Amino acid sequence: MATELGPTPVKEPASGGAPIHHKPKGVGEDNAIASQGKWAAWLLAPTIFALAIVIVYPIISAIVMSFQKDAGLDPATGLFTEGGPAGFSNYTNWIFQQCAAPDGGTVACPPGTLGAQFWSATGTTFYFTIITVTLETILGFWMAIIMARTFRGRSLVRAAVLVPWAIPTAVTAQLWLFIFAFEGIGNKLFNTTILWTGSEIPARWAVIIADTWKTTPFMALLILAGLQMIPAEVYEAAKVDGASAWQRFRMITLPLVKPALMVAILFRTLDALRMFDLPYILTEGSNNTTTLSILVVNQIRQGFNSAAALSTITFIIIFIVAFIFVRFLGANVVEQQTGAGKGKK
Amino acid sequence: MKTPKFLLPVAAAGALALTLSACGGGGGGATATGGGDAANGLDARGPITYVQGKDNSNVVRPLIEKWNAAHPNEKVTFKEQTDQADQQHDDLVQNYQAKNPNYDVASVDVVWTAEFAAKGWLQPLKDKMAVDTAGMLKPTVEAGSYKGTLYAAPVSSDGGILYYRSDLVPTAPKTWDEMMGMCSIAKENGIGCFAGQYAKYEGLTVNASEAINSAGGSVLNADGKPNLNTPEAKEGLQNLATAYADGNIPKEGITFQEEQGRQAFQDGKLLFHRNWPYVYNLAVTEGSSKVKDVLGMTALPGKDGPGASTLGGHSAAVSVYSKNKATALDFVKFLVNEENQKFFATQGSLAPVIEALYEDKELVAKLPYLPVLKTSIENAVPRPVTPFYPAVTKAIQENAYSAIKGEKTVDAALSDMQKSIESASAGQ
Repeated sequence: MATELGPTPVKEPASGGAPIHHKPKGVGEDNAIASQGKWAAWLLAPTIFALAIVIVYPIISAIVMSFQKDAGLDPATGLFTEGGPAGFSNYTNWIFQQCAAPDGGTVACPPGTLGAQFWSATGTTFYFTIITVTLETILGFWMAIIMARTFRGRSLVRAAVLVPWAIPTAVTAQLWLFIFAFEGIGNKLFNTTILWTGSEIPARWAVIIADTWKTTPFMALLILAGLQMIPAEVYEAAKVDGASAWQRFRMITLPLVKPALMVAILFRTLDALRMFDLPYILTEGSNNTTTLSILVVNQIRQGFNSAAALSTITFIIIFIVAFIFVRFLGANVVEQQTGAGKGKK
Repeated sequence: MKTPKFLLPVAAAGALALTLSACGGGGGGATATGGGDAANGLDARGPITYVQGKDNSNVVRPLIEKWNAAHPNEKVTFKEQTDQADQQHDDLVQNYQAKNPNYDVASVDVVWTAEFAAKGWLQPLKDKMAVDTAGMLKPTVEAGSYKGTLYAAPVSSDGGILYYRSDLVPTAPKTWDEMMGMCSIAKENGIGCFAGQYAKYEGLTVNASEAINSAGGSVLNADGKPNLNTPEAKEGLQNLATAYADGNIPKEGITFQEEQGRQAFQDGKLLFHRNWPYVYNLAVTEGSSKVKDVLGMTALPGKDGPGASTLGGHSAAVSVYSKNKATALDFVKFLVNEENQKFFATQGSLAPVIEALYEDKELVAKLPYLPVLKTSIENAVPRPVTPFYPAVTKAIQENAYSAIKGEKTVDAALSDMQKSIESASAGQ
């Protein structure tokens, strides 16, 4: 969106720089550009420095750790000793659900170990992601369309809608925990006796309901931003041509809001794939609500290196999903923009 | 693009960042403590820090003020952690891992002692660093020990109590079977019979190991190996599973943590309830409580007599990275002396670890549950003492939960528990 207007003129010189300066290209020009580039680099350096510390180093460190064995117990002294290099065993143990056997080899992880939960946690993570993102997109779109209209008290509605999103997730989870308690208002209101956090399907839906309640406003706002970029004239012209409301929605709103919608869905998907706090507080991961992130946190308490491998696997899974989104679903967005850019020249 | 020079400052900055942050890292694992006493700071005195979870009942600050007034050159600073046990654990691990010399004395939950000791983070409390444990309740000392050496001095203890409705129950049950026999009273009155904590969290480990220990079994044997394929363990877990299937434990029991259970009991919806001593004060003072005048307390029921409660509580441990260990040791002794133990009990309702205090008239008048609690703690079994506690507790929770809900037979659950613990403690 709007990259041509981007506030980063420093990038321009690298791709020619001609549009900025109106005088014809001369000898001094190249020097000016070069020194500008150098300046930019020095100005960028502190940021890169900070990013290297907070992003690059932890990632590299985690990857290095994931190839180390976790500390084992020396039976003679009762003290932990360093595990040494592990090769890919931390990764293969997760993927093939293998655990250490008492005699030294590996066995299929017995139920009750974290290793036995890898694939079910992956399944749960995607289950939550697909259902919550779908619900949030539909409800968010609906809310955005309402908010885009002009009516009395519109700003009040916009502010009110944001409230669930503004509450920290941990607090939200605690609130829903009270609602879903056996003696809680959820059961009282509908006169039911559902064990919301004590059986599988209700537990999953408790998480989905709480997450949808919390994150739909975020979706709605991103979509609203996209809706507001559509000029009113387009609709007027369509009206003059006799397009029905449905046609206007399908032929104008949807295609024009698509870039914003795609970004919103991408953000939410990546977010939902790392879902942690809601299920952790609501159910502690019981009844098949353990997501990959919960598994990572549980594993951290049992061994850092194996947890590092698991978080790297989670990272790769999320990366693949993001890649699929950008490559196959967002491809159109990129094409349109470059096409428009070329047209301008 | 054309000039590689463009990237130079950026690359330089990146490289610098990596080197700098690498300095901050460092391996964990065991540390060999070499050098003499002086090098280890065993004789050194000076300011230290005491690390503990949130001081909810405001008992730590007054004590530290008292200490600081008496020791102006060895002042103690209080570092308060959050009130979440998991976060306290992780905070301690991170700081020990980073060899932080400022975590001189830390309050350690009984279940973490073995793990921290096996990592080589805790100063053994022996020889020069010895703490006198005579007069302390034996199970609390065991819970602070690893492989026969004391690593953490017991400061506060905790044990389970069976609360019951004295208006409905004629005589308090002594055994599990007696208690189950009284469930007909609950049925006549249209209330639930018994509940503890059966949601899938640490409380389930407490309750499941209580059931197993009370039936004469044990989760781990004396060598720290799992010992679950025994008739006693089976009987213990089967007791819970049968009670849940019969409805003697109401179906919502599977969602109970301490608070939900307490609420149900206080609302008059349970005949028997297993919980910690903190319930007493709330049940007799809260306005909404329906059991104020009919609150009975007794030891947990066992097979032929009192059951084996799971031990709770905290101990104080000295970090091996502390620079002023002599001061740290003195402060630990200060925390466990009789006067301050009494202060903890009266101000914070923390169960003392000194046996004599349970007969102190003044204390018993204030905390009437002390005699019951003493029986409970005397019969208590520490939760499995193992450096692999985090994995062991998960294995117990996962399988006990399935067994109680009836998704798995008790035999299968115990055998899976056994295999999971074996695998966790096999190392790699």
